[in-house]
Amino acid sequence: MFSFEVGSLLNIALVLVVGLGISVMMIWVERRFLGFWSDRLGPNRVGPFGIFQVIADAIKMLAKEDWIPPFSDKFTFVVAPMILPIVMLLSLGVIPFAPGIGIMDLNIALLWVFAMAGLASYSTMLGGLASNNKFSLLGALRGAGQMISYEVFMGISLLGIIILADSFSLREIVEAQADGWFVVPQFFGFIVFMVAAIAESHRWPFDLPEGESEIISGYNTEYSGMKFGLFMIGEYIGMFVMSALIPVLFFGGWLAPFGLEFGNEIISGLFWMGLKTSFFLLFFVLVRAALVRPRYDQLMNYGWLVMLPLALINLLITGAVVLYQAG
Amino acid sequence: MFKAIGKQINIIWSQIVSLWLVFLHLFKKADTVEYPDVKPYMFPRWRGRIILTRDPDGEERCVACNLCAVACPVDCISLQKTEDENGRWYPEFFRINFSRCIMCGFCEEACPTHAIQLTPDFEMAEYVRQDMVWEKEHMLIQGTGKYHDYNFYKVAGKAIGGKDKGEAQNELPPVDRRSLLP
Repeated sequence: MFSFEVGSLLNIALVLVVGLGISVMMIWVERRFLGFWSDRLGPNRVGPFGIFQVIADAIKMLAKEDWIPPFSDKFTFVVAPMILPIVMLLSLGVIPFAPGIGIMDLNIALLWVFAMAGLASYSTMLGGLASNNKFSLLGALRGAGQMISYEVFMGISLLGIIILADSFSLREIVEAQADGWFVVPQFFGFIVFMVAAIAESHRWPFDLPEGESEIISGYNTEYSGMKFGLFMIGEYIGMFVMSALIPVLFFGGWLAPFGLEFGNEIISGLFWMGLKTSFFLLFFVLVRAALVRPRYDQLMNYGWLVMLPLALINLLITGAVVLYQAG
Repeated sequence: MFKAIGKQINIIWSQIVSLWLVFLHLFKKADTVEYPDVKPYMFPRWRGRIILTRDPDGEERCVACNLCAVACPVDCISLQKTEDENGRWYPEFFRINFSRCIMCGFCEEACPTHAIQLTPDFEMAEYVRQDMVWEKEHMLIQGTGKYHDYNFYKVAGKAIGGKDKGEAQNELPPVDRRSLLP
């Protein structure tokens, strides 16, 4: 029960606490680094370097008035923000952080992650529809279109990896990268998956469902207090899941580059996994700071006419090479 | 078809270049002025807190002429004249309501003696609204403010105790009419 094998109580507690803790600290990290990359300082007053800003934000969110609009569909309005964190936490459960650390070890772990990402789009759509508000409806429609179409080539781009690793299980994918990370043979798959990951977690530059300067706040216009907090936490957990998934799939997971292992296998795995995840978390924040938001039809064109053919060509070439090498 | 592929590669490359350029901003100094640890620099003619100044001789400059109260567009100044034993006019009370004052500087431009002046200080916030009404003792300073050597009574023609008609600077003594008779 307290051992370091997958599914033990210690593991569950560790992964949940660290995962949720990092997702919540991302609020501070994002605001601070967005400030640095915009030639200003982020929040630096509340604690040492402003770390307790997260606590201040949490207190603010809990103390706000929790108002359900009388013109909305009350049951769906309350249920919609609950879906996103639940679904994202479920997909956090299958990610392998180190050889003995993880919550679940499914042999269809990759399909599980896609299923959860698909369910996450319900939260956007239901939230916007239940609000009975024109701007929320626009946000929900944009969210529905964007998330569903970007999920298509998110799946196809990973089919190349599944061919190379011969399994859906994330642990076996990591172990199959022992002699070469998958980013080298699957470079286009990496690019397509990176774009799709940013779109799936509603990050800038794909945050059209949230709008923020065009449609006031998109699907979370009518939400206040803890319901909005649930949407925000769900988005940050989704970002953490995606940044932990990209190293697992493409950059070797817990394996060290050039065999630079040290100490215990678990500690080395956690260190390298932590390093890679934090690199991608900061990369997500940099993408938010640097890139502009495309127009909605430009976004959909980009998805269907550029990313999807790229993913299909990647799959075709991977399949052809593997078949050729197998004789 | 190759042109289309080239265009796509150009698009992706420009995004990567903008990512790199924004990343370099991490190593540049931030433009934020960290108030209240660092106070911002305000220029000498910046219209901030109102003060009442004194002569180079140490007497207060305000002669209670009411020109500042008349010039004020929001009527926030109120004062009352009284005389001292030398016949010199001075304000018995001088009150400015800072919740009305718009810091326009019209009072400074209207004042004939350079008594009322605006300084580059802005930290005047209060918690109680009645504390925003300042009296003369809150505004009178011991120095001369921005205009160091202007003494109104030395150049004015009014006769007060210690200075008769004709004894001001640049003033000729009054002409004796009776000595001009043919």
